[in-house]
Amino acid sequence: MVQFSRARLDASFSAISDATRRGILEQLGRGDASITDLAEKFHMTLTGMKKHVGVLEGAGLVATEKVGRVRTCKLGPRRLEQEAAWLEKYRRLWEARFDELDQVVMELKRKEQVDERK
Amino acid sequence: MNASEEQGRVMKGGTTVERKSERELVVTRTISAPPRLVFEAWTKPELFRRWWVPKSLGLALLSCDLDVRVGGKYRLVFAHGDSEAAFFGTYLEVTPHSRLAWTNDEAGEPAQVTSVTFEAVLVPGMGEKTLLVVHDLYPSKEALEEGISSGASDAMPETLAQLDELLVSLAAPAGES
Repeated sequence: MVQFSRARLDASFSAISDATRRGILEQLGRGDASITDLAEKFHMTLTGMKKHVGVLEGAGLVATEKVGRVRTCKLGPRRLEQEAAWLEKYRRLWEARFDELDQVVMELKRKEQVDERK
Repeated sequence: MNASEEQGRVMKGGTTVERKSERELVVTRTISAPPRLVFEAWTKPELFRRWWVPKSLGLALLSCDLDVRVGGKYRLVFAHGDSEAAFFGTYLEVTPHSRLAWTNDEAGEPAQVTSVTFEAVLVPGMGEKTLLVVHDLYPSKEALEEGISSGASDAMPETLAQLDELLVSLAAPAGES
């Protein structure tokens, strides 16, 4: 399990304790968006949205980049860790499956060798 | 998580998983037997049910019906608490000893499609092995990522438990902790 430092855990927890911020993460999971897009989607003022994005950015959950006058938001490095953790879980399921498949197949192989000797 | 892992690719213990695109996952593994036997273990219900649900999952497989031919159906029923959960679909391709493809219909339309190829690999002195390549194609990027975010929410209680511990330690009166 990933060990969080206390400061990082605090930042993550307060970042995801808010329903709007969880909504923003979900939204960014579907694609990058500007602060303006997000403000519109969540019926908020630009200032309000900037505040939420700032909290998420501080926790490493969102990364932002300013191009011209538009600030684009996307999922940050912590979200990518989440994806990697999920892939690892999926891999472990298949690994467990294949380990048992190996057993079944070895049994078939032994049976075949015995039959050949008959 | 190992820092040397590439983004979107996890490789350990011989089984690799790679996110090939927005809606594709690919799993590979080599099995120490010829494709003929691996294919048999994949298509005979009495063999398939022995490995498809790993013991570590803690799920009981109640029934396993596989009608392995193009257009044939499969249905797996698991005990899920007091109720049952079924996984079902249709075989799209059945090429003996080399390829299978099927739909996963339980999540609704359009279906996720899984294919597996069985490729013979000759290892001098070790006989014939099988390279398995499992390919999961999700109907959309969202369908795949739904899995990721539900996996992420699974991780939430752990995070909350850690926070709990932290709060308890902070709240403990000085001298007692």
